[in-house]
Amino acid sequence: MRNTAMNMVHKLAARDERVLYIGSDPGAGTLRAMSKEFPKRHLIEGISEAHIIGMSAGLAMEGFVPYVNTIATFLTRRCYEQVAVDLCLHNLPVRLIANGGGLVYAPLGPTHQAIEDIAIMRALPNMTVICPCDADEAARMMDKTLDWTGPIYIRLGKGGDAIVSKAEHGFEIGKAILMRPPGDVLMVTTGIMLQRAIAAADLLAAQGVRAGILHMHTVKPLDTEALLQAIRGIKLLATLEEHVPSGGLGSAVAETLIDKLGSGLPAMLRLSLPDRFMHNYGSQDSLLKKHGLAPNAIATSIEHALAASRTSSPQLHST
Amino acid sequence: MIQISPHAEAALTCTLDERSLYLRRLVLGSVRSAGRGHVGPALSLIEMVRVLYDDVLRIDPQNPRDPERDRAILSKGHGCLALYALLADRGFFPLSELDGFCGSDSILGGHPEYGMVPGVEASTGALGHGLSIGVGLALAARMRERSYRTFVLLGDGEINEGSVWEAAMGAAKHGLDNLVAMIDYNKLQSYGPTDYVLPLEPLADKWRSFGFAVQEINGHDVGALRTVLKQVPAVPGKPTAVICHTVKGKGLPPAESNADWHHKNKLSDSELDAIRVAVGDF
Repeated sequence: MRNTAMNMVHKLAARDERVLYIGSDPGAGTLRAMSKEFPKRHLIEGISEAHIIGMSAGLAMEGFVPYVNTIATFLTRRCYEQVAVDLCLHNLPVRLIANGGGLVYAPLGPTHQAIEDIAIMRALPNMTVICPCDADEAARMMDKTLDWTGPIYIRLGKGGDAIVSKAEHGFEIGKAILMRPPGDVLMVTTGIMLQRAIAAADLLAAQGVRAGILHMHTVKPLDTEALLQAIRGIKLLATLEEHVPSGGLGSAVAETLIDKLGSGLPAMLRLSLPDRFMHNYGSQDSLLKKHGLAPNAIATSIEHALAASRTSSPQLHST
Repeated sequence: MIQISPHAEAALTCTLDERSLYLRRLVLGSVRSAGRGHVGPALSLIEMVRVLYDDVLRIDPQNPRDPERDRAILSKGHGCLALYALLADRGFFPLSELDGFCGSDSILGGHPEYGMVPGVEASTGALGHGLSIGVGLALAARMRERSYRTFVLLGDGEINEGSVWEAAMGAAKHGLDNLVAMIDYNKLQSYGPTDYVLPLEPLADKWRSFGFAVQEINGHDVGALRTVLKQVPAVPGKPTAVICHTVKGKGLPPAESNADWHHKNKLSDSELDAIRVAVGDF
C-alpha cells in the first residue's frame, strides 16, 4: 500500500506540475525515480515536522499541492498545531501521507503506533481523513486527492495487505463502499479492518448469521447517507477499527446516528483497541489478535452482541 | 560577559518623528476603543512595519492578491495592532475599522487572520509558525521563477520555539536569499526579560551559524531600517536576518520596557493622559 501510494505521487507529479513530494527523513531511495525525473519537486527536508507542515502551507498558498510523508505518529502528534493552524485554518490542499497507521509499527513500540490519529485528525475543521484498505484502493484514492479542496490525512497500512477492494466499486472521497449487503448485522470498517471483517463475515455466515460490510474508507466526511441506508432492518451495528475507542470510526458512526436519528438507534457494538498504549510488541496481526480484532474474535463478539440485542432493548455495547 | 549592543542603547534614546507618533495614536486608539490589546509588542514593532509598508514592500492596496507582490507575514501575531495601523493607513481597509478592534463583527481580531483582513498573508497568533510558511513562500517564488520577496517579522520571545530554528535550517539549506527574517528584539517577553525566561544571546551569532546573513540595527531608526531593508539580500545565496533592537512599549514612557504593558485591558484616565502627553491627542 505504501509503495503504491508513493508511486502514485510520482504519477501525479508527471501529470500535474503542482504536485510536490516532501519527506522528512524517509527510507533511503524513497521515490528515487521521482527524484531523478523531477528533482526540484522531490524535497527531503529533515526531521523537522513542525517546519515541514508550515513550509508546505506556504507552498500550497502559492498553488502547489504538497504530499507530505513520514511516519503517522510524527505527522500527527509532533506537529498538531501546525496541522491545525497552518493547514486546516487556512484550508490548504496539503496531503499528509502517514506511514504505518494503527499498529503497523508494532515491534517499535508505542512511540510509533498511531492509535489515536483518526480521532485527533478528524477533530480538526476542514480536515479530510481517509484510510484505504489495500494497495489497489490506495491507488484509486490517490488519484482523487489531486483536486480535493483542503487538507487530507491519509492513513496507510503496512503494505502487502490482501487485496479485497474491487475496481468496479471505484473510489470517491466521502463515499462509503457497501462490500456486502446487510443482514441481521452490519459491520462498518475502515482501513485494513475490512479484510478482518470479510473473514469474520464468512465465519458468521457459516453460523447462519448474515453480516453486511460497509467500508468507510473516508472517516471524515462520513458518508451519512450510505450509513443510514445500510442500517435499515439490521439488528446489530458493529464498528471495527484499529484505533482507541475515543474519537475514531465508532465514535463518528455513533455521533452520526445520534445526530440523524436521535432515537430508535440499532444495538451497537464498537470493536476497537483499548484506551491505553500498547506495551506489547510482536506484529500488527498479533496485537490485533490480542485485542479481539482478529476475525474469530470479531465473529464471536458479534454473535454475543447479537444474542444480547435479541433479549434486551437497543443499547450501546462496547469492548 | 555579553556586551550591550550600541543599537540597543540607541533604541532606548532615539526620538520618534511625527509619522511614528501618528501610527502610535492609531494603535492606542484601537486599544482605547476595544478596552484591550497587546500594547508593548505593537509599539516596539511600529517602525519595522512602517518602513516595510511605506518604503520596501512592492504592494498595491487596491490589488492585495497581486501574484507579484512582496509577501510579509507578522509571525508575532500579537503585534497585530501595529500591522493593522499600517494596513489601514495604506488603504487596505478603512481607518474606521481600527475602532472595531476585537469587536464581534470586526475584521480585526486580537491576532491577524488570513481571509478576514485585506493584506494579511497568513493567520498567526500561535508562535513559531511564520518563518516556516515564509520558507514555503520563498521556495515557491524560486520554483515559479517569480521575483517577489518574503519578509517575516518575528518576536524575540517567539524564537524560543524550536520550529523557528527548524525553519532557519530549511531556509539556509535552500539558500533562500529572497527571504528576510526581521526579529523584534525588545528583550522583554510576557513574563519578563528574555535573558531571564530563556536567554537568546549571542543572538546574531546564532542566526549567522544557522546560515543567515545578519544585520543588526536600531529597530526604531527609520533611516537605518530603510537602508538595510533596501539592500536585501545582504549576501547573495543566503537568507537575511535583521535583528532590530527595539524597546517594548517604545514611545509611551509608562509602557517602555514594562512587562505589565505586554497586554492591557481598559486604559485608566491617568494612562490616557500619559498617552496624550507622549504621542499627542488621539
